[in-house]
Amino acid sequence: MKPKLIPALAALGLALAAGPALAKGELHIYNWGDYTNPKLIEKFEKKYDVKVTQDDYDSNETMLAKVRTGNTGYDIVVPSDYTVKIMIDEGLLAKTEPDQMSNFKNMKPEYVDVYWDKGRHYSVPWQIGTTAFAVDTDKYKGDIDTYAILFDPPDALKGQINMLDDMNSIMHAAERYLGIPRCSADKANLKKVNDLLVKAKPNWKTFSYDTITKMTSGDVIVTQTWNGAAYRMRQKMPSVKYAYPKEGIEGWMDNVAVLKGAPNMENAKLFQNFIMEPENAALISEFAGYDNGIKGSEKFLPASFADAPEIKRPEGAPTPEFVPPCPPAVVKIYNQIWTNLRK
Amino acid sequence: MAATDTPPPAPSLPSFEAEAQTRAARRNRLLTLPALLIIGIFGVLPLLIILVYSFLEAGPYGGVVWNFSTEAYVNFLFQADIFSDKLTFAPAYLLIYLRSFLFAVATTLVCLILGFPTAYFMATRPPRQRNLWVLLITIPFWSNLLVRTLAIMFIIRDEGLINSILMGMGVIDHPITMLYTNFAVLLGLLYAFLPFMVLPLYASLEKLDFRLVEAAYDLYATRWRVLWRVIVPASLPGIVAGCLLVFIPTLGAYVTPLILGGGTHLMIGDLIAQQFGSGRNWPLGSSQALILMAVVLIALFVYVRNTTGRTPHG
Repeated sequence: MKPKLIPALAALGLALAAGPALAKGELHIYNWGDYTNPKLIEKFEKKYDVKVTQDDYDSNETMLAKVRTGNTGYDIVVPSDYTVKIMIDEGLLAKTEPDQMSNFKNMKPEYVDVYWDKGRHYSVPWQIGTTAFAVDTDKYKGDIDTYAILFDPPDALKGQINMLDDMNSIMHAAERYLGIPRCSADKANLKKVNDLLVKAKPNWKTFSYDTITKMTSGDVIVTQTWNGAAYRMRQKMPSVKYAYPKEGIEGWMDNVAVLKGAPNMENAKLFQNFIMEPENAALISEFAGYDNGIKGSEKFLPASFADAPEIKRPEGAPTPEFVPPCPPAVVKIYNQIWTNLRK
Repeated sequence: MAATDTPPPAPSLPSFEAEAQTRAARRNRLLTLPALLIIGIFGVLPLLIILVYSFLEAGPYGGVVWNFSTEAYVNFLFQADIFSDKLTFAPAYLLIYLRSFLFAVATTLVCLILGFPTAYFMATRPPRQRNLWVLLITIPFWSNLLVRTLAIMFIIRDEGLINSILMGMGVIDHPITMLYTNFAVLLGLLYAFLPFMVLPLYASLEKLDFRLVEAAYDLYATRWRVLWRVIVPASLPGIVAGCLLVFIPTLGAYVTPLILGGGTHLMIGDLIAQQFGSGRNWPLGSSQALILMAVVLIALFVYVRNTTGRTPHG
């Protein structure tokens, strides 16, 4: 409810604030819920005299299903890494050439040649984060930097764990714990994953995306979650600690891309360039609590954010791994394992 | 369909009157057209799309590939064993359907047991009070189902209202785990759908001629006999309508079981949604939706036949 309501209210507020003065252009953004800083939108509207409308989704797949039907009226979508690749492969995105834009120089070089958009011909970074888990260290004092916390929990944590209701992130976490490569089609490996999950499941209390509430309400002691969510948990509950499991950590990046045939193509390109401005990228991070891919944005953010343990990876922690979409044959077996797990 | 049951004109009628009647029938038929169009475009057409999709191959990243395939239906019961590639009986989907079905039956029964006395109480109030009671029953509808479900969560969680009160009074030492159990799911469904049972029952009972009840007592019928031989048969249409209105939406309920059950066990709704999301298998999702529909239709058919055939004085 909340993630949907806030952007809707924000959009309404902006619409009212804009008053009778009619903007010259329009821009329709389709982004994740509870993810866009109203100040950022306001600034863009003022600068370019454009009226922005927003709509939101809760998973890449929801967005993809809607965009596939065509003629959505949206100009901008914010797909995650692997979804950008799918959308480019299926010809759903416009080649806006962000690499030719004036603010492109601000993009951190390590995010230019990414597998989902090599050389950045379609998309620019929105936010970047990792998926691992968080622990309430008031209730559990042991070492948390291992996936054993999720898959082989000590007695104190049994039945006190929330997992994301997300097939891929659980499969990949299990693969990391077992030392198996991602999207492995090898049957022996998949059987190991299956057995591990079946054994671990009785220790899991819930499957839910609503990780912040699950933790702060005291429903669970451990929750699989994203680093920005853990950052927000810690603001409410200082004992929360985000884990950097030694077996490896999942990275992801959401990217701003323009749909092919967007009704407001020029404004959409302006928006892509606009968010590569460090000050504007900082606005994005300030709201949702994730890092962005823009150099110099940290100057506009409080030091407590840039140095937060959830944002700044500690010395010796593994480098986040960006996982391409698994081949259909593997997804089919994942799906079987996943359904079987929850039958 | 008013048009079809217009009786043929009696032979004694003058011909102009008969003509007027057929004209009226034609006009009636015309009046049903908008409704039929809406049902056709928004009901039948999407179903046809689902039907077609269920016989296609899954696209690599969602969507469909236009090749005929019955795999989606075969996979419902049989799946290539992950580890030997042999097609074996896979009861996972069947178990999920069975669970949803049991929850739906249990919810319907408990709703009926709680709803009947409630409706009877309402129907036996003086006429002026009745509207107030109907109003009170509908009050929960004034707020969103999701909000109400979350409220239940706050009441029954380990550190929630009930447990803190009981622990505060020293009745229990450890919180009673209620949230994320089958009990929580049943409670949530019951709460969400109880009014759908009470209102049709009330509508039926309100029309009951209570002189029949008095007559039965005068003829020395016991209270049970009055209930079973007079009141229940007379309110049967309300019972049938109430049970259907509770059973069908419960079977496909999605949000309530997910939130209150904690998502450790899938229901039909989650299962179907998964195929269109991370499962990337639209044909399978389509076939699951159609199988659900078939199950509901068959259950409906059996139920309506049995209940309407049983009326003793029918």
